[in-house]
Amino acid sequence: MTLATAVRSLTRDDLHTLLYWMRLTRAFDDRVRLLYNQGRIPGAAFSQRGHEAISVGSSFALGPDDVVAPMHRDLGAYLLRGMTPRRIMAQMMGRVTGVSRGRDVNTHGMGDLSLNIIGYVSPLPDSMPLAVGAALAFQYRGEARVALTYFGDGSSSEGGCHESLNLAAVWRAPVVFICENNQYAYSTPLSRQLTVENIADRAAGYGFPGIVVDGNDVLAVYEATQAAMARARRGDGPTLIECKTMRMLGHAYHDDGSYVPRDLLDEWSRRDPLLVYERQLRDLGALTDDELAALDRRIAAQVDDAVDFAEASPWPAGEDCLEGVYAL
Amino acid sequence: MTELTYLQAISAALWEEMEADERVLLLGEDIGPFGGAFKVTKGFVERFGERRVMDMPMSEWAFVGAAIGAAMLGLRPVVEIQFADFIATPFDMIVNQAATCYYRWQAPVPLVIRAPSGGGLRAGPFHSQNPEAWFVHRPGLKVVAPASPRDAKGLLRAAIRDNNPVIYFENKYLYRKVKEDVPDGDWTVPIGQADVKRRGRDVSVIAYGSMVYEALEAAETVAAGGIDVEVLDLRTLLPLDRDAILGTAERTGKVIVVHEATLTGGVGGEVTAIIAEHAFELLDAPLVRLAAPDTPVPFSPPLEDFFRPNAVKIAEAVRKLAAY
Ligand SMILES: Cc1ncc(C[n+]2csc(CCOP(=O)(O)OP(=O)(O)O)c2C)c(N)n1
Ligand SMILES: [Mg+2]
Repeated sequence: MTLATAVRSLTRDDLHTLLYWMRLTRAFDDRVRLLYNQGRIPGAAFSQRGHEAISVGSSFALGPDDVVAPMHRDLGAYLLRGMTPRRIMAQMMGRVTGVSRGRDVNTHGMGDLSLNIIGYVSPLPDSMPLAVGAALAFQYRGEARVALTYFGDGSSSEGGCHESLNLAAVWRAPVVFICENNQYAYSTPLSRQLTVENIADRAAGYGFPGIVVDGNDVLAVYEATQAAMARARRGDGPTLIECKTMRMLGHAYHDDGSYVPRDLLDEWSRRDPLLVYERQLRDLGALTDDELAALDRRIAAQVDDAVDFAEASPWPAGEDCLEGVYAL
Repeated sequence: MTELTYLQAISAALWEEMEADERVLLLGEDIGPFGGAFKVTKGFVERFGERRVMDMPMSEWAFVGAAIGAAMLGLRPVVEIQFADFIATPFDMIVNQAATCYYRWQAPVPLVIRAPSGGGLRAGPFHSQNPEAWFVHRPGLKVVAPASPRDAKGLLRAAIRDNNPVIYFENKYLYRKVKEDVPDGDWTVPIGQADVKRRGRDVSVIAYGSMVYEALEAAETVAAGGIDVEVLDLRTLLPLDRDAILGTAERTGKVIVVHEATLTGGVGGEVTAIIAEHAFELLDAPLVRLAAPDTPVPFSPPLEDFFRPNAVKIAEAVRKLAAY
């Protein structure tokens, strides 16, 4: 395996920071699945497994003033952006201390402009034009900021996707689009959704670059995003980065995903983004067993703390429902 | 007679119409081998093949539009919108194309759009909505919202055979919760006819969808206190059954309209307006609307319980009105 050139620009600390976010994302998601199955998380929750390198690698390239509009498999982006495990777990459990104070479900509605995060709605891909609009605001005020957003292979078939890509192109908007191609839209495989090999190839039709990267290689994702961010910041317009990966569990935790062929999952499990990255770090001599064990202990404690915090948090009062429909 | 759940009744209507009429085909996301998000079309692709049970890419605007075009050209498509909340994406196709083609140039659009709607399932603001009023405000469409398995089957049949676009709101909360004997054979529930689900003298509760059951439960509760409630199930929301609405108002003189959808601009306003216009002298008390408050549908259980009307809230309103 050849290491992405990104490695050269990253310190050992950076490499460990990436490892931390990826493993925190995995551990948090595993806990969410468990809590959902135990009935301690109402509603639904989307699986993240297989997407950790994409959400973490791409959002690691964001500058502090850049804006991100993550989707339902981008837990890593929320965490990395500074949304605490406590707030996110409380959100999952519908408590007042959650990001939306019990109003929205799971990762939906987890917006916080103080963290430069735009929350999402269920209809897909409705965050795409919002990211283009954020980029418009930056252009309008002459700010060197960039907006980053995500969409799935399934969502790429929506008219809104095409309109957003075209609008961004026409405006040369400082926006980076990350396509998370996990080969399924709920139960529907790629073969029933589109006929092209790469969704990134469509970028040519709008007049900007489209790049395909290995979505299970966090350094490759980071490197591609970094370059796209720089391009956007220079005023050269949008980039579409297609990250190839595999959704390793069901669509959400009510779905066993049994329609996905077993051998496809087996093949991709050998390329698990956490395993790939661990191997890369070990090959670089940048990770010891002790370091990894210590990191995982720290993460487990953090996740435990988030669950304790969320379960100790009050439920909203029923009549809170009425408050705050309109901005003051 | 066959005992069917609400969900099975919907499946049965689809199945039998497909058996009977080659022109009927299904379009929707994940409806093929997966059988649909709620499993309404489980086993359909095995029986009818991919030619008639078509898995769609995520392109609602385009596949609803395509269904309209195919309907004009002699097919009778039934589209599943995965959740009614996502009907906003093909909204333009429904309200501008489907609803107006016949009026403008006499092209019938025999199309059914199935939209699983409703809350009470802790599914949050975008998997719980009741957007029926958006469509009730659109002449050229028909809008139905069955509550019972029998009506679910009969109305879906009628919708498929209708030469107009019909939006069929099926209530997710009821899918597996209600069950009843449904007649076999070829029959329909005509679009545009309400149904008295319980006879009573004192107060009328007019409802549809899941609220019919909440109203029936409330009726039982207050019966113990000597209040005799009539429950009218609207079943069709466009066109409304004016005679049935005025009939129940006349019988009791006291009317509550209940819906799960939010209050302002809701179907309840239209129903009460019909009564106020045409039966004002027959009323013994002010008209009452009981609906969700004007907010998005919240997720957290205490918030959603506050939001959603239920039997307890209906019983309270009935007692108050009975005492007026
Ligand atoms: C407009 C719209 N239609 C349907 C849905 C229901 N739905 C939720 S997620 C999903 C599949 C999304 O697939 P993809 O974009 O590939 O993202 P993934 O979930 O695979 O990450 C569908 C069909 C939706 N959210 N929005
Ligand atoms: Mg996908």
